[in-house]
Amino acid sequence: MSILTQVVLDGLWAGMLYGLIAAGLSLIWGVMDVLNFAHGEFLMVGMYVSFFTGFLFKIDPIISWIAAGAFLFILGVLTYKLVIARILGKAMAPLLATFGLSMIIKNVVLNRFTPNFRILEGTLLEGRSFMIADVIVPLPQFATALLSLVVLGALYLMLTRTRFGWAIQATALDKEAANLMGINTEQIYLLVFGIGGACVGIAGGLLPSYLATHPDVGTLFGLIAFMVVAMGGFGSIPGALIAAIMIGLVESLAGFYIGPVYKYIAVFGVYLIIILVRPKGLFGW
Amino acid sequence: MKGETILTVDDIHCGYDGVPVIHGLSLTVMEGEIVAMVGGNGAGKSTTMRTIAGLMHPTAGRITFKNDDITRIPAHRIVSMGLSYVPEARRLFSKLSVRQNLEMGAYTTRDRAEINARLDRVFDLFPILKDRANQIAETMSGGEQQMCAIARGLMSAPRLIMLDELSLGLQPSLVDKVLETVVEIRNSGVTVLLVEQLVQESLEIADRGYVIQTGAIVHAGSSSELLASPEVRKAYMGM
Ligand SMILES: Nc1ncnc2c1ncn2[C@@H]1O[C@H](COP(=O)(O)OP(=O)(O)OP(=O)(O)O)[C@@H](O)[C@H]1O
Ligand SMILES: [Mg+2]
Repeated sequence: MSILTQVVLDGLWAGMLYGLIAAGLSLIWGVMDVLNFAHGEFLMVGMYVSFFTGFLFKIDPIISWIAAGAFLFILGVLTYKLVIARILGKAMAPLLATFGLSMIIKNVVLNRFTPNFRILEGTLLEGRSFMIADVIVPLPQFATALLSLVVLGALYLMLTRTRFGWAIQATALDKEAANLMGINTEQIYLLVFGIGGACVGIAGGLLPSYLATHPDVGTLFGLIAFMVVAMGGFGSIPGALIAAIMIGLVESLAGFYIGPVYKYIAVFGVYLIIILVRPKGLFGW
Repeated sequence: MKGETILTVDDIHCGYDGVPVIHGLSLTVMEGEIVAMVGGNGAGKSTTMRTIAGLMHPTAGRITFKNDDITRIPAHRIVSMGLSYVPEARRLFSKLSVRQNLEMGAYTTRDRAEINARLDRVFDLFPILKDRANQIAETMSGGEQQMCAIARGLMSAPRLIMLDELSLGLQPSLVDKVLETVVEIRNSGVTVLLVEQLVQESLEIADRGYVIQTGAIVHAGSSSELLASPEVRKAYMGM
Protein backbone atom coordinates (compact mmCIF):
# COMPACT_ATOMS: atom_id res chain seq x y z
CA MET A 1 0.00 0.00 0.00
CA SER A 2 2.68 2.48 0.95
CA ILE A 3 4.53 1.69 -2.27
CA LEU A 4 1.47 2.56 -4.29
CA THR A 5 1.08 5.79 -2.32
CA GLN A 6 4.72 6.54 -2.92
CA VAL A 7 4.40 6.00 -6.67
CA VAL A 8 1.20 8.04 -6.88
CA LEU A 9 2.73 10.95 -4.96
CA ASP A 10 5.82 10.91 -7.18
CA GLY A 11 3.50 11.13 -10.19
CA LEU A 12 1.59 13.94 -8.57
CA TRP A 13 4.71 16.06 -8.04
CA ALA A 14 5.73 15.56 -11.67
CA GLY A 15 2.19 16.29 -12.85
CA MET A 16 1.99 19.60 -11.03
CA LEU A 17 5.22 20.72 -12.71
CA TYR A 18 3.90 19.57 -16.12
CA GLY A 19 0.80 21.64 -15.41
CA LEU A 20 2.80 24.85 -15.14
CA ILE A 21 4.85 24.02 -18.24
CA ALA A 22 1.71 23.29 -20.23
CA ALA A 23 -0.15 26.34 -18.93
CA GLY A 24 2.15 28.70 -20.80
CA LEU A 25 1.58 26.82 -24.04
CA SER A 26 -2.14 26.58 -23.44
CA LEU A 27 -2.52 30.28 -22.65
CA ILE A 28 -0.75 31.34 -25.85
CA TRP A 29 -2.82 28.92 -27.88
CA GLY A 30 -6.08 29.94 -26.19
CA VAL A 31 -5.56 33.65 -26.80
CA MET A 32 -3.99 33.77 -30.25
CA ASP A 33 -4.29 30.29 -31.75
CA VAL A 34 -0.53 29.94 -31.95
CA LEU A 35 1.24 26.72 -31.04
CA ASN A 36 4.69 27.71 -29.82
CA PHE A 37 6.89 24.91 -31.07
CA ALA A 38 9.86 26.37 -29.19
CA HIS A 39 8.14 25.88 -25.84
CA GLY A 40 10.42 23.03 -24.78
CA GLU A 41 13.48 25.08 -25.73
CA PHE A 42 12.11 27.96 -23.65
CA LEU A 43 12.12 25.56 -20.69
CA MET A 44 15.69 24.54 -21.47
CA VAL A 45 16.78 28.18 -21.60
CA GLY A 46 15.09 28.72 -18.22
CA MET A 47 17.12 25.83 -16.83
CA TYR A 48 20.37 27.32 -18.13
CA VAL A 49 19.52 30.72 -16.63
CA SER A 50 18.92 29.07 -13.29
CA PHE A 51 21.95 26.80 -13.58
CA PHE A 52 24.31 29.68 -14.34
CA THR A 53 22.91 31.98 -11.66
CA GLY A 54 23.53 29.07 -9.30
CA PHE A 55 26.94 28.21 -10.69
CA LEU A 56 28.31 31.75 -11.04
CA PHE A 57 26.56 33.65 -8.25
CA LYS A 58 25.73 30.84 -5.83
CA ILE A 59 22.05 31.65 -5.95
CA ASP A 60 19.83 28.64 -5.32
CA PRO A 61 17.12 27.57 -7.82
CA ILE A 62 14.63 28.19 -5.01
CA ILE A 63 15.35 31.89 -5.68
CA SER A 64 16.67 31.96 -9.22
CA TRP A 65 13.40 30.75 -10.79
CA ILE A 66 12.46 34.42 -10.54
CA ALA A 67 15.36 35.34 -12.82
CA ALA A 68 14.49 32.51 -15.20
CA GLY A 69 10.86 33.66 -15.31
CA ALA A 70 11.89 37.24 -16.04
CA PHE A 71 14.37 36.15 -18.71
CA LEU A 72 11.77 34.01 -20.46
CA PHE A 73 9.17 36.77 -20.19
CA ILE A 74 11.53 38.92 -22.22
CA LEU A 75 12.31 36.09 -24.64
CA GLY A 76 8.55 35.56 -25.10
CA VAL A 77 7.95 39.24 -25.76
CA LEU A 78 10.81 39.34 -28.26
CA THR A 79 9.57 36.19 -29.98
CA TYR A 80 6.17 37.78 -30.38
CA LYS A 81 7.48 41.11 -31.55
CA LEU A 82 10.16 39.89 -33.95
CA VAL A 83 8.54 36.72 -35.29
CA ILE A 84 4.89 36.04 -34.45
CA ALA A 85 3.46 39.54 -34.95
CA ARG A 86 4.60 39.52 -38.57
CA ILE A 87 2.87 36.27 -39.51
CA LEU A 88 -0.04 35.98 -37.08
CA GLY A 89 -3.16 34.62 -38.73
CA LYS A 90 -1.27 33.27 -41.74
CA ALA A 91 -2.23 29.60 -41.46
CA MET A 92 0.65 27.38 -40.23
CA ALA A 93 3.29 30.11 -40.45
CA PRO A 94 3.62 30.74 -36.67
CA LEU A 95 4.03 27.00 -35.99
CA LEU A 96 6.62 26.65 -38.75
CA ALA A 97 8.45 29.77 -37.63
CA THR A 98 8.64 28.67 -34.00
CA PHE A 99 9.94 25.31 -35.22
CA GLY A 100 12.83 27.20 -36.80
CA LEU A 101 13.25 29.21 -33.63
CA SER A 102 13.45 26.05 -31.51
CA MET A 103 16.26 24.74 -33.72
CA ILE A 104 18.13 28.03 -33.53
CA ILE A 105 17.83 28.18 -29.74
CA LYS A 106 18.95 24.58 -29.33
CA ASN A 107 21.95 25.00 -31.61
CA VAL A 108 23.04 28.30 -30.12
CA VAL A 109 22.98 26.70 -26.67
CA LEU A 110 24.82 23.63 -27.97
CA ASN A 111 27.41 25.89 -29.52
CA ARG A 112 27.93 28.16 -26.55
CA PHE A 113 27.59 25.67 -23.71
CA THR A 114 28.51 22.26 -25.24
CA PRO A 115 26.27 19.19 -25.01
CA ASN A 116 27.56 18.46 -21.48
CA PHE A 117 25.13 17.59 -18.73
CA ARG A 118 25.45 20.22 -16.05
CA ILE A 119 24.51 19.41 -12.50
CA LEU A 120 24.18 22.08 -9.89
CA GLU A 121 25.85 20.81 -6.74
CA GLY A 122 25.19 21.79 -3.17
CA THR A 123 21.73 23.22 -3.71
CA LEU A 124 19.70 24.04 -0.65
CA LEU A 125 17.26 21.17 -1.05
CA GLU A 126 19.66 18.60 -2.44
CA GLY A 127 19.11 15.15 -0.96
CA ARG A 128 16.59 16.41 1.56
CA SER A 129 13.25 14.79 2.12
CA PHE A 130 10.55 14.37 4.73
CA MET A 131 8.22 11.54 5.61
CA ILE A 132 4.45 11.39 5.59
CA ALA A 133 3.74 8.17 7.52
CA ASP A 134 6.06 5.75 5.70
CA VAL A 135 6.13 7.63 2.43
CA ILE A 136 9.18 9.63 1.41
CA VAL A 137 8.61 13.09 -0.02
CA PRO A 138 11.76 14.41 -1.69
CA LEU A 139 12.05 18.12 -0.98
CA PRO A 140 13.35 19.33 -4.38
CA GLN A 141 10.44 17.67 -6.22
CA PHE A 142 7.94 18.68 -3.59
CA ALA A 143 9.02 22.34 -3.53
CA THR A 144 8.99 22.48 -7.32
CA ALA A 145 5.51 20.99 -7.45
CA LEU A 146 4.20 23.33 -4.78
CA LEU A 147 5.63 26.43 -6.42
CA SER A 148 4.26 25.30 -9.78
CA LEU A 149 0.83 25.01 -8.25
CA VAL A 150 1.09 28.43 -6.63
CA VAL A 151 2.15 30.08 -9.90
CA LEU A 152 -0.60 28.24 -11.76
CA GLY A 153 -3.14 29.39 -9.18
CA ALA A 154 -1.94 32.97 -9.48
CA LEU A 155 -2.22 32.78 -13.27
CA TYR A 156 -5.73 31.40 -13.01
CA LEU A 157 -6.84 34.06 -10.54
CA MET A 158 -5.32 36.76 -12.72
CA LEU A 159 -7.26 35.49 -15.73
CA THR A 160 -10.59 35.09 -13.96
CA ARG A 161 -10.62 37.81 -11.29
CA THR A 162 -8.86 40.88 -12.65
CA ARG A 163 -9.89 43.35 -15.32
CA PHE A 164 -6.61 42.67 -17.10
CA GLY A 165 -7.46 38.96 -17.11
CA TRP A 166 -10.94 39.65 -18.49
CA ALA A 167 -9.34 41.76 -21.19
CA ILE A 168 -7.17 38.77 -22.10
CA GLN A 169 -10.25 36.56 -22.24
CA ALA A 170 -12.15 39.19 -24.23
CA THR A 171 -9.29 39.37 -26.73
CA ALA A 172 -9.30 35.58 -27.04
CA LEU A 173 -13.07 35.47 -27.58
CA ASP A 174 -13.40 38.33 -30.08
CA LYS A 175 -10.39 40.42 -30.94
CA GLU A 176 -12.30 43.07 -32.88
CA ALA A 177 -14.94 43.50 -30.22
CA ALA A 178 -12.14 43.82 -27.66
CA ASN A 179 -10.62 46.56 -29.81
CA LEU A 180 -13.94 48.37 -29.73
CA MET A 181 -13.78 48.35 -25.91
CA GLY A 182 -10.50 50.24 -26.03
CA ILE A 183 -8.40 47.14 -25.40
CA ASN A 184 -5.05 47.30 -27.20
CA THR A 185 -5.15 43.71 -28.38
CA GLU A 186 -1.71 43.91 -29.94
CA GLN A 187 -0.31 44.72 -26.49
CA ILE A 188 -2.38 41.90 -24.94
CA TYR A 189 -0.82 39.43 -27.42
CA LEU A 190 2.64 40.70 -26.57
CA LEU A 191 2.05 40.33 -22.83
CA VAL A 192 0.40 36.93 -23.20
CA PHE A 193 3.45 35.65 -25.07
CA GLY A 194 5.58 37.09 -22.30
CA ILE A 195 3.44 35.51 -19.56
CA GLY A 196 3.42 32.16 -21.38
CA GLY A 197 7.21 32.37 -21.57
CA ALA A 198 7.45 33.34 -17.90
CA CYS A 199 5.41 30.27 -16.84
CA VAL A 200 7.66 27.83 -18.62
CA GLY A 201 10.70 29.88 -17.55
CA ILE A 202 9.73 29.55 -13.89
CA ALA A 203 9.31 25.80 -14.32
CA GLY A 204 12.72 25.60 -15.99
CA GLY A 205 14.22 27.75 -13.27
CA LEU A 206 13.10 25.33 -10.57
CA LEU A 207 14.27 22.16 -12.29
CA PRO A 208 18.09 22.39 -11.78
CA SER A 209 17.51 21.64 -8.11
CA TYR A 210 17.12 17.99 -9.12
CA LEU A 211 17.63 17.65 -12.87
CA ALA A 212 20.73 17.99 -15.06
CA THR A 213 20.72 20.82 -17.57
CA HIS A 214 21.66 20.09 -21.21
CA PRO A 215 20.65 21.31 -24.69
CA ASP A 216 18.18 18.47 -25.33
CA VAL A 217 16.44 18.57 -21.98
CA GLY A 218 13.50 20.60 -23.33
CA THR A 219 12.45 18.17 -26.03
CA LEU A 220 10.61 15.65 -23.88
CA PHE A 221 9.09 18.37 -21.70
CA GLY A 222 7.92 20.16 -24.84
CA LEU A 223 6.25 16.99 -26.11
CA ILE A 224 4.60 16.40 -22.76
CA ALA A 225 3.34 19.99 -22.76
CA PHE A 226 1.78 19.56 -26.22
CA MET A 227 0.16 16.36 -25.08
CA VAL A 228 -1.19 17.92 -21.90
CA VAL A 229 -2.62 20.90 -23.79
CA ALA A 230 -4.29 18.66 -26.38
CA MET A 231 -5.66 16.37 -23.68
CA GLY A 232 -6.86 19.14 -21.40
CA GLY A 233 -8.51 21.05 -24.22
CA PHE A 234 -6.68 23.86 -25.96
CA GLY A 235 -6.82 27.07 -23.95
CA SER A 236 -8.15 25.59 -20.71
CA ILE A 237 -5.85 26.15 -17.72
CA PRO A 238 -7.74 23.90 -15.27
CA GLY A 239 -7.96 21.31 -18.06
CA ALA A 240 -4.20 21.52 -18.47
CA LEU A 241 -3.60 20.95 -14.77
CA ILE A 242 -5.86 17.91 -14.63
CA ALA A 243 -4.40 16.42 -17.81
CA ALA A 244 -0.89 17.12 -16.53
CA ILE A 245 -1.55 15.28 -13.29
CA MET A 246 -3.00 12.37 -15.26
CA ILE A 247 0.18 12.23 -17.36
CA GLY A 248 2.33 12.42 -14.24
CA LEU A 249 0.42 9.56 -12.64
CA VAL A 250 0.47 7.34 -15.73
CA GLU A 251 4.19 7.99 -16.14
CA SER A 252 4.94 7.13 -12.55
CA LEU A 253 2.65 4.10 -12.27
CA ALA A 254 3.71 2.61 -15.59
CA GLY A 255 7.36 3.32 -14.82
CA PHE A 256 7.12 1.44 -11.55
CA TYR A 257 4.69 -1.39 -12.24
CA ILE A 258 5.47 -2.11 -15.89
CA GLY A 259 9.04 -0.92 -16.13
CA PRO A 260 10.88 2.34 -16.75
CA VAL A 261 11.39 1.67 -20.45
CA TYR A 262 7.63 1.39 -20.96
CA LYS A 263 6.54 4.52 -19.20
CA TYR A 264 6.39 6.78 -22.26
CA ILE A 265 4.68 4.09 -24.30
CA ALA A 266 2.00 4.11 -21.63
CA VAL A 267 1.87 7.91 -21.47
CA PHE A 268 1.56 8.39 -25.22
CA GLY A 269 -0.84 5.45 -25.43
CA VAL A 270 -3.18 7.03 -22.92
CA TYR A 271 -2.84 10.31 -24.81
CA LEU A 272 -3.76 8.69 -28.10
CA ILE A 273 -6.77 6.93 -26.63
CA ILE A 274 -8.08 10.14 -25.06
CA ILE A 275 -7.68 12.05 -28.31
CA LEU A 276 -9.45 9.27 -30.22
CA VAL A 277 -12.35 9.31 -27.79
CA ARG A 278 -12.48 13.07 -27.25
CA PRO A 279 -10.81 14.84 -30.18
CA LYS A 280 -11.20 18.23 -28.55
CA GLY A 281 -9.65 17.08 -25.30
CA LEU A 282 -11.20 16.31 -21.95
CA PHE A 283 -12.35 19.87 -21.34
CA GLY A 284 -12.26 21.31 -24.84
CA TRP A 285 -15.16 23.13 -26.46
CA MET B 1 -25.08 72.06 -27.56
CA LYS B 2 -27.37 70.87 -30.35
CA GLY B 3 -26.29 72.09 -33.74
CA GLU B 4 -22.52 71.62 -33.54
CA THR B 5 -21.07 69.07 -35.91
CA ILE B 6 -19.76 66.07 -33.98
CA LEU B 7 -18.89 63.72 -36.86
CA THR B 8 -17.90 64.47 -40.45
CA VAL B 9 -17.27 61.72 -42.96
CA ASP B 10 -15.77 63.32 -46.03
CA ASP B 11 -15.67 61.45 -49.32
CA ILE B 12 -14.30 58.16 -47.99
CA HIS B 13 -13.37 55.19 -50.15
CA CYS B 14 -12.74 51.78 -48.65
CA GLY B 15 -12.99 48.09 -49.25
CA TYR B 16 -11.76 44.62 -48.37
CA ASP B 17 -8.52 43.21 -49.78
CA GLY B 18 -8.41 45.83 -52.49
CA VAL B 19 -12.02 45.30 -53.57
CA PRO B 20 -13.71 48.69 -53.23
CA VAL B 21 -16.99 48.69 -51.34
CA ILE B 22 -17.53 52.33 -50.36
CA HIS B 23 -17.18 54.85 -53.17
CA GLY B 24 -16.91 58.43 -51.98
CA LEU B 25 -19.34 58.47 -49.10
CA SER B 26 -19.95 61.63 -47.07
CA LEU B 27 -22.18 62.31 -44.10
CA THR B 28 -22.38 64.52 -41.05
CA VAL B 29 -23.88 64.10 -37.62
CA MET B 30 -24.76 67.02 -35.35
CA GLU B 31 -24.54 66.95 -31.60
CA GLY B 32 -27.81 65.74 -30.02
CA GLU B 33 -29.24 64.17 -33.16
CA ILE B 34 -30.43 60.72 -34.03
CA VAL B 35 -29.25 60.08 -37.57
CA ALA B 36 -30.37 56.94 -39.38
CA MET B 37 -28.41 55.34 -42.19
CA VAL B 38 -30.68 52.97 -44.06
CA GLY B 39 -30.25 50.67 -47.02
CA GLY B 40 -30.51 47.08 -48.18
CA ASN B 41 -28.24 44.09 -47.66
CA GLY B 42 -24.69 44.65 -48.74
CA ALA B 43 -25.14 48.39 -49.32
CA GLY B 44 -22.10 49.13 -47.17
CA LYS B 45 -23.67 50.32 -43.92
CA SER B 46 -21.56 48.17 -41.64
CA THR B 47 -18.42 48.85 -43.65
CA THR B 48 -19.00 52.59 -43.20
CA MET B 49 -19.43 52.18 -39.44
CA ARG B 50 -16.41 49.90 -39.12
CA THR B 51 -14.35 52.51 -40.92
CA ILE B 52 -15.56 55.33 -38.68
CA ALA B 53 -14.84 53.16 -35.62
CA GLY B 54 -11.27 52.59 -36.80
CA LEU B 55 -11.51 48.82 -37.33
CA MET B 56 -10.48 49.54 -40.91
CA HIS B 57 -9.12 52.62 -42.62
CA PRO B 58 -10.26 54.36 -45.79
CA THR B 59 -8.01 54.40 -48.85
CA ALA B 60 -9.05 58.00 -49.46
CA GLY B 61 -11.12 60.64 -47.67
CA ARG B 62 -11.19 61.97 -44.16
CA ILE B 63 -13.12 61.36 -40.95
CA THR B 64 -13.36 64.06 -38.29
CA PHE B 65 -14.75 63.54 -34.80
CA LYS B 66 -15.13 66.59 -32.52
CA ASN B 67 -12.47 68.52 -34.48
CA ASP B 68 -9.98 65.63 -34.36
CA ASP B 69 -8.92 63.85 -37.51
CA ILE B 70 -9.52 60.17 -36.69
CA THR B 71 -9.00 58.79 -40.20
CA ARG B 72 -5.93 56.74 -39.28
CA ILE B 73 -6.46 56.27 -35.55
CA PRO B 74 -6.86 52.62 -34.45
CA ALA B 75 -10.15 51.46 -32.94
CA HIS B 76 -8.89 51.02 -29.40
CA ARG B 77 -7.91 54.69 -29.22
CA ILE B 78 -11.06 56.04 -30.84
CA VAL B 79 -13.22 54.63 -28.02
CA SER B 80 -11.44 56.71 -25.42
CA MET B 81 -12.08 59.82 -27.55
CA GLY B 82 -15.81 59.33 -26.96
CA LEU B 83 -16.98 57.38 -29.99
CA SER B 84 -18.52 53.99 -29.32
CA TYR B 85 -19.59 51.37 -31.87
CA VAL B 86 -22.07 48.60 -31.06
CA PRO B 87 -21.24 46.18 -33.89
CA GLU B 88 -23.58 44.12 -35.99
CA ALA B 89 -24.61 40.79 -34.45
CA ARG B 90 -23.86 42.08 -30.92
CA ARG B 91 -20.43 40.48 -30.60
CA LEU B 92 -20.67 40.01 -26.84
CA PHE B 93 -17.83 38.19 -25.10
CA SER B 94 -19.73 34.92 -25.09
CA LYS B 95 -18.07 33.16 -22.15
CA LEU B 96 -17.93 36.22 -19.89
CA SER B 97 -20.76 37.30 -17.63
CA VAL B 98 -22.99 40.29 -18.30
CA ARG B 99 -21.15 42.17 -15.61
CA GLN B 100 -17.74 41.34 -17.07
CA ASN B 101 -18.93 42.41 -20.52
CA LEU B 102 -20.05 45.73 -19.07
CA GLU B 103 -16.75 46.14 -17.22
CA MET B 104 -14.92 45.64 -20.50
CA GLY B 105 -17.09 48.38 -22.00
CA ALA B 106 -15.53 50.73 -19.45
CA TYR B 107 -12.02 49.40 -20.02
CA THR B 108 -10.58 52.83 -20.79
CA THR B 109 -11.50 54.04 -17.29
CA ARG B 110 -9.64 53.07 -14.13
CA ASP B 111 -11.76 55.07 -11.70
CA ARG B 112 -13.85 52.56 -9.72
CA ALA B 113 -16.43 55.09 -8.55
CA GLU B 114 -16.93 56.29 -12.11
CA ILE B 115 -17.37 52.73 -13.40
CA ASN B 116 -19.93 52.00 -10.70
CA ALA B 117 -21.83 55.18 -11.57
CA ARG B 118 -21.93 54.10 -15.21
CA LEU B 119 -23.10 50.63 -14.21
CA ASP B 120 -25.96 52.23 -12.25
CA ARG B 121 -26.90 54.28 -15.30
CA VAL B 122 -27.06 51.33 -17.70
CA PHE B 123 -28.93 49.26 -15.10
CA ASP B 124 -31.49 52.09 -14.93
CA LEU B 125 -31.87 51.91 -18.69
CA PHE B 126 -31.99 48.09 -18.79
CA PRO B 127 -33.16 46.83 -15.37
CA ILE B 128 -33.11 43.24 -16.60
CA LEU B 129 -29.32 43.37 -16.92
CA LYS B 130 -29.02 44.02 -13.22
CA ASP B 131 -30.84 40.77 -12.44
CA ARG B 132 -28.75 38.95 -15.01
CA ALA B 133 -25.43 40.50 -14.03
CA ASN B 134 -23.80 37.14 -13.29
CA GLN B 135 -25.28 35.24 -16.20
CA ILE B 136 -22.91 34.13 -18.96
CA ALA B 137 -23.59 36.28 -22.02
CA GLU B 138 -24.12 33.46 -24.51
CA THR B 139 -26.85 31.91 -22.37
CA MET B 140 -29.12 34.96 -22.61
CA SER B 141 -31.91 35.42 -25.13
CA GLY B 142 -31.30 37.42 -28.29
CA GLY B 143 -33.17 40.42 -26.93
CA GLU B 144 -31.27 40.37 -23.65
CA GLN B 145 -28.00 40.07 -25.54
CA GLN B 146 -28.87 43.08 -27.65
CA MET B 147 -29.59 45.12 -24.51
CA CYS B 148 -26.29 43.97 -23.06
CA ALA B 149 -24.48 44.99 -26.24
CA ILE B 150 -26.02 48.48 -26.17
CA ALA B 151 -25.27 48.80 -22.46
CA ARG B 152 -21.67 47.72 -23.05
CA GLY B 153 -21.37 50.36 -25.76
CA LEU B 154 -22.62 52.98 -23.30
CA MET B 155 -20.16 51.98 -20.58
CA SER B 156 -17.41 54.04 -22.21
CA ALA B 157 -19.63 57.11 -21.63
CA PRO B 158 -19.48 58.08 -25.32
CA ARG B 159 -20.46 61.42 -26.89
CA LEU B 160 -21.56 59.54 -30.00
CA ILE B 161 -22.77 55.97 -30.18
CA MET B 162 -23.10 54.04 -33.43
CA LEU B 163 -25.68 51.27 -33.37
CA ASP B 164 -25.49 48.68 -36.14
CA GLU B 165 -28.72 46.87 -36.90
CA LEU B 166 -30.22 46.59 -33.45
CA SER B 167 -33.36 44.99 -34.84
CA LEU B 168 -31.51 41.98 -36.23
CA GLY B 169 -33.23 38.83 -35.06
CA LEU B 170 -35.64 40.55 -32.69
CA GLN B 171 -39.41 40.10 -32.69
CA PRO B 172 -41.37 43.23 -33.73
CA SER B 173 -42.56 44.14 -30.23
CA LEU B 174 -38.97 44.04 -28.99
CA VAL B 175 -37.78 46.16 -31.91
CA ASP B 176 -40.13 48.97 -30.86
CA LYS B 177 -38.85 48.72 -27.32
CA VAL B 178 -35.23 48.85 -28.38
CA LEU B 179 -35.90 51.85 -30.64
CA GLU B 180 -37.62 53.60 -27.72
CA THR B 181 -34.46 53.03 -25.75
CA VAL B 182 -32.47 54.69 -28.52
CA VAL B 183 -34.58 57.83 -28.04
CA GLU B 184 -33.95 57.63 -24.29
CA ILE B 185 -30.20 57.38 -24.93
CA ARG B 186 -30.31 60.48 -27.13
CA ASN B 187 -32.38 62.32 -24.53
CA SER B 188 -29.71 61.54 -21.95
CA GLY B 189 -27.28 63.55 -24.08
CA VAL B 190 -25.62 60.96 -26.30
CA THR B 191 -25.69 61.54 -30.05
CA VAL B 192 -26.80 58.50 -32.05
CA LEU B 193 -25.87 57.22 -35.50
CA LEU B 194 -28.15 54.32 -36.31
CA VAL B 195 -27.91 51.73 -39.06
CA GLU B 196 -31.07 49.86 -39.96
CA GLN B 197 -32.76 47.80 -42.59
CA LEU B 198 -36.11 48.70 -41.01
CA VAL B 199 -36.34 51.97 -42.91
CA GLN B 200 -39.71 53.21 -41.72
CA GLU B 201 -39.24 52.37 -38.03
CA SER B 202 -35.81 53.92 -37.79
CA LEU B 203 -36.67 57.08 -39.73
CA GLU B 204 -39.63 57.57 -37.42
CA ILE B 205 -37.35 58.03 -34.41
CA ALA B 206 -34.54 59.81 -36.29
CA ASP B 207 -34.06 63.53 -36.95
CA ARG B 208 -32.31 62.99 -40.26
CA GLY B 209 -31.49 60.12 -42.51
CA TYR B 210 -29.20 58.92 -45.26
CA VAL B 211 -30.13 56.27 -47.76
CA ILE B 212 -27.11 54.23 -48.86
CA GLN B 213 -26.91 52.05 -51.94
CA THR B 214 -23.89 50.14 -53.29
CA GLY B 215 -21.45 52.16 -51.25
CA ALA B 216 -22.74 55.68 -51.81
CA ILE B 217 -25.40 57.98 -50.39
CA VAL B 218 -28.34 58.21 -52.78
CA HIS B 219 -30.78 60.21 -50.65
CA ALA B 220 -30.29 62.51 -47.69
CA GLY B 221 -32.65 64.70 -45.76
CA SER B 222 -34.79 65.14 -42.70
CA SER B 223 -36.68 62.05 -41.64
CA SER B 224 -39.98 63.56 -42.65
CA GLU B 225 -38.64 64.38 -46.11
CA LEU B 226 -37.35 60.86 -46.59
CA LEU B 227 -40.52 59.29 -45.25
CA ALA B 228 -42.53 61.39 -47.68
CA SER B 229 -40.27 60.78 -50.69
CA PRO B 230 -41.99 58.57 -53.25
CA GLU B 231 -38.67 57.15 -54.38
CA VAL B 232 -37.64 56.11 -50.90
CA ARG B 233 -41.08 54.75 -50.14
CA LYS B 234 -41.08 52.72 -53.32
CA ALA B 235 -37.55 51.35 -52.96
CA TYR B 236 -37.42 50.64 -49.21
CA MET B 237 -40.90 50.50 -47.77
CA GLY B 238 -42.59 48.58 -50.52
CA MET B 239 -45.20 51.27 -51.02
N1 LIG C 1 -14.93 40.88 -44.42
C1 LIG C 1 -15.31 41.11 -45.70
N2 LIG C 1 -14.54 40.69 -46.74
C2 LIG C 1 -14.89 40.94 -48.02
N3 LIG C 1 -16.00 41.59 -48.37
C3 LIG C 1 -16.82 42.03 -47.40
C4 LIG C 1 -16.51 41.83 -46.02
N4 LIG C 1 -17.50 42.37 -45.28
C5 LIG C 1 -18.36 42.89 -46.15
N5 LIG C 1 -17.96 42.70 -47.42
C6 LIG C 1 -18.66 43.15 -48.64
O1 LIG C 1 -18.84 44.55 -48.57
C7 LIG C 1 -20.11 44.91 -49.05
C8 LIG C 1 -20.82 45.76 -48.01
O2 LIG C 1 -21.04 44.98 -46.86
P1 LIG C 1 -21.62 45.58 -45.52
O3 LIG C 1 -21.52 44.52 -44.48
O4 LIG C 1 -20.99 46.87 -45.25
O5 LIG C 1 -23.14 45.81 -45.92
P2 LIG C 1 -24.36 46.21 -45.01
O6 LIG C 1 -25.00 47.39 -45.65
O7 LIG C 1 -23.97 46.35 -43.61
O8 LIG C 1 -25.31 44.95 -45.23
P3 LIG C 1 -26.27 44.21 -44.17
O9 LIG C 1 -27.52 44.99 -44.11
O10 LIG C 1 -26.50 42.87 -44.80
O11 LIG C 1 -25.57 44.13 -42.88
C9 LIG C 1 -20.84 43.63 -49.39
O12 LIG C 1 -20.80 43.45 -50.76
C10 LIG C 1 -20.05 42.57 -48.69
O13 LIG C 1 -20.07 41.37 -49.41
MG1 LIG D 1 -24.39 45.34 -41.90
